[in-house]
Amino acid sequence: MLYSSETIAAISTAMNNSGIGIIRVSGDKAFKIVDKIFVPYKNKGIKIEEYKSHTIHYGNIVYKGKIIDEVLLMVMKAPATYTREDVVEINCHGGNIVMQKIFELVLSNGARCAESGEFTKRAFLNGRIDLSQAEAVIDLINAKNNMAADISVGQLKGNMSEKIRKIREKLIYHIAYIESALDDPEHYDLSGYGEELKIVVEELINELDEVIDTADNGRIMTEGIKTVIIGKPNVGKSSLMNTLLGEERAIVTDIEGTTRDSLEESVRLNDINLNIIDTAGIRETDDVVEKIGVDRAKKHASEADLIIFIIDSSREIDEEDIRIFNFIKDKKALILLNKIDLDCVTDENDIRKFIDDSEDNEIIKISAKYKDGIASLTEAVKNMFFKGEITYNDQIIITNERHKQAVINSRDSLECVIESIENGMPEDFFTIDMMNAYEYLGEILGEQLGEDLINEIFSKFCMGK
Amino acid sequence: MANVNEEYDVVVVGAGHAGCEASLACARNGLSTIMFTVSVDSIAMMPCNPNIGGSSKGHLVREIDALGGEMGKNIDKTFIQSKMLNSSKGPAVHSLRAQADKQEYTRQMRRTLENTDNLTIRQAEVCELIVEDDIIKGVKTYSGATYMAKTVILCTGTYLKARCIYGDVSNATGPNGLQAANHLTDSLKSLGIEMFRFKTGTPARVDKRSIDFSKMEEQFGDEKIVPFSFTTDPESIDREQVSCWLTYTNENTHKIIRDNLDRSPLYSGKIEGTGPRYCPSIEDKVVRFADKNRHQVFVEPEGEYTNEMYLGGMSSSLPEDVQYDMYRTVPGLENVKIVRNAYAIEYDCINPIQLKPTLEFKKISGLFSGGQFNGSSGYEEAACQGLMAGINASMKILGKEQIVLDRSQAYIGVLIDDLVTKENHEPYRMMTSRAEYRLLLRQDNADLRLTPIGYKVGLISKERYEYVKHKEEVIKSEIERLQNIKVGANAKMSEFLERHGSTPLKTGSSLAELIKRPEITYEILKEFDEERDENISQDIIEQININLKYEGYITRQLRQVEQYKKMENRKIPDKIDYSKISGLRNESKQKLDMYRPISIGQASRISGVSPADISVLLVYLSSNKIG
Repeated sequence: MLYSSETIAAISTAMNNSGIGIIRVSGDKAFKIVDKIFVPYKNKGIKIEEYKSHTIHYGNIVYKGKIIDEVLLMVMKAPATYTREDVVEINCHGGNIVMQKIFELVLSNGARCAESGEFTKRAFLNGRIDLSQAEAVIDLINAKNNMAADISVGQLKGNMSEKIRKIREKLIYHIAYIESALDDPEHYDLSGYGEELKIVVEELINELDEVIDTADNGRIMTEGIKTVIIGKPNVGKSSLMNTLLGEERAIVTDIEGTTRDSLEESVRLNDINLNIIDTAGIRETDDVVEKIGVDRAKKHASEADLIIFIIDSSREIDEEDIRIFNFIKDKKALILLNKIDLDCVTDENDIRKFIDDSEDNEIIKISAKYKDGIASLTEAVKNMFFKGEITYNDQIIITNERHKQAVINSRDSLECVIESIENGMPEDFFTIDMMNAYEYLGEILGEQLGEDLINEIFSKFCMGK
Repeated sequence: MANVNEEYDVVVVGAGHAGCEASLACARNGLSTIMFTVSVDSIAMMPCNPNIGGSSKGHLVREIDALGGEMGKNIDKTFIQSKMLNSSKGPAVHSLRAQADKQEYTRQMRRTLENTDNLTIRQAEVCELIVEDDIIKGVKTYSGATYMAKTVILCTGTYLKARCIYGDVSNATGPNGLQAANHLTDSLKSLGIEMFRFKTGTPARVDKRSIDFSKMEEQFGDEKIVPFSFTTDPESIDREQVSCWLTYTNENTHKIIRDNLDRSPLYSGKIEGTGPRYCPSIEDKVVRFADKNRHQVFVEPEGEYTNEMYLGGMSSSLPEDVQYDMYRTVPGLENVKIVRNAYAIEYDCINPIQLKPTLEFKKISGLFSGGQFNGSSGYEEAACQGLMAGINASMKILGKEQIVLDRSQAYIGVLIDDLVTKENHEPYRMMTSRAEYRLLLRQDNADLRLTPIGYKVGLISKERYEYVKHKEEVIKSEIERLQNIKVGANAKMSEFLERHGSTPLKTGSSLAELIKRPEITYEILKEFDEERDENISQDIIEQININLKYEGYITRQLRQVEQYKKMENRKIPDKIDYSKISGLRNESKQKLDMYRPISIGQASRISGVSPADISVLLVYLSSNKIG
């Protein structure tokens, strides 16, 4: 929750422009948490708490005896820090995957994924920021929350939220059964229930593991506008991608988990970050492998904030192009007329025939090969951004990570239930961790706890005298 | 015509379980107190089930006792059967329940009240509150007499505009045919207090001689009796116990009920009030749980010197003839004779969100309330509110700090917080599942948790307070001692562990570690513990065992409490104007203004107030350097 005073962590630099990133940890347990994963080169065995404030330390992040990355640790003690809390910044340079791994380690050792703006908010609440900024902070909280709410639910793949809902239903049923029996012991009998429950909980753990596996694992979405380049094969999608990348020399590491035919890159256009996905050409195909690529391209396009649709001006508009026109209806799209360096067969007027007047899509002529028209493209993106037609998204990585962490926490709680059962603890101990598991999953769905349990008890079990 | 006009520190309206505790708390604090009742013969009456305690309610009684209330002591004097429920479960859900001799319970409580200094008992119906400038000044009775007071505590139970109903028979009386209080509601409404109408019910009482007990299962009390009160010597209450009996309804019973549902006032719409889901009438159970082919019926004595028996589980508002028919389908009740009919009762109560967590009305200074009047149900729930209202009314007069127990301190805290913070649409009953930190809120440690508070508010003697302090220290030092006694994995130890069904040690350990094993207790480790002080009492040993055995779980809850406390400790000032806080959603502004929470923690529990709203509130409080 946003207002609690747990220790928080976040990846706090844009990771696209350099190999170095910073993971920032703030809160009263910051030192303790990092102690668990950091092994310094010098002065081994000395706790971070004992380091002088505002000093830098060289060492390794270690997990299960394995070195994850060499890092520089910046230790800053409260109150002379941005948040006025104890702060540790882990400067790592092993690339995005490693950074993600370290971030997860920090979380699994007791930090919570920071909400957007939370460092700032803490700085404010702890008196670091000028009071005149109060209004701005409030707006920030509201904006972030509205967006987070939309995104977090929107981001859950349909079947994932359905799955989590089902798991919660099962959990609350069994919690309610046990609680009914505790409340009315002469009515409901719990003998032998532990064994039965163990099977149920083990199944739920398996289901959560599946959710964790299918969650966007290890995929880092940097700040930026999610942009997808589409078009039929050989219209110059990859050339455009290379031009944009070459132009800005802003290459970041390739991202694992992307398909071999959809490549994701981060590009900076006039200070605006685009996360560009180059997709396989869209066309009807019977080739199974290619079909997968095409389906993915469509899927990416449907999730994108911005679509760049490339048309080959040296060829006639054909069936394939028309299919794409239909596909991008109601979406924010720029249409690029590429290969203007060649003989022009198709021009703007030909394209207008296929788009509604109301759509107001901008058509830009470029030559990806000779880098002509890129400035117009940049200008168009900037205009759309400042008009608010496309959104600049810095929330995705956080919500993903938070969802995943919540599922992991939930699973861990269920492991505690198994442990309690195996240790022969009484039944009332089971529900404590089951309830925690239930609450963690509720966070994902954005549901408050309220009277769920009491309602379940009364609706499913006949209580009372 | 001249009217009687008297002055008191405190007026208590009602002499049920809430009224008794409230009156005693005030009078024992040296305040002149007058307690009104419509019938002096009905003081501390138990108009429904003949027992005190039960799951989570037993906790409440222990907490009342630890704070210096009377209920625990009174039931210890008057029980006729006692049982520790859930004794095979964890210590957090062990719960005491005692069958009371109802007459004796009333008599003993009345004796205590009558012998308490500063306490006046008066039979009269209070009809009107006297309020000036939103401050309570006193009350007026039906006869026109006025009683001025610094504080007034309303504990009217189920008597306000009460109506008892079965079939098409409807009597405008309180429980057991006692006079209802028909006037006070109007006075409350005219003061702008929002009223609810709730409903509850009770089963028939039947003649013991008409019951065939050979068809029922006998239910005995525990052999070893644990008293409710921490001050009661267990040996002093060792007495002959009476039995209860268990039988079941069957398909015939259910058929009769179903065939006559149209004659039930609940289903015909004659009853307007909202009934409790946890205490459904038998017709409710049959309708809502149609797949169940039987329900339990507990046949419980109403006292030692009466033949009346209570039919627990079969409360009803069906017509008299149907009651006969349905009861007589139950094995053992084939020829049963009814002494008192089952009935449903409707009454007025308040929407409790109008109260502060101190149980004082937000809008009327000095007016407090407790018990079923606040929308709760149950004797124990009533008593603990009466006690807290009494304590806070006294503290207000004495100019001392009022007491709010929080959710991590007591079941009482959970109960009151739920009442004043959550939307409540039915009579509220305590349940263990409502307590988030129940591992810490055990009935066995109520004294450790609350006796210091009871001492602070003047209801616990210095001697008793010092004993609890001493107990606390011994538990702590003894646990530390056990942690420091190391034992090796030697032959003697292996033999010992095997003898107690435990696995041998692989490496050295401490006595404290060994107690974590389910088979091992403090007591049996004596042979490895030469320095042990033999005089350590059983209640301390119990705490040592529990604290060590469940250490991991307890530590985890303590950590959660730490987080919880941070939010509770962020106080919101009384005068805050929510409409001026930009960034709060309108719905939240209205909710917050209506509830006027005392802390950020309480605000976060109001339904409809989101985490974002709470953040905005925090920012607002910080930017204005308040809270």
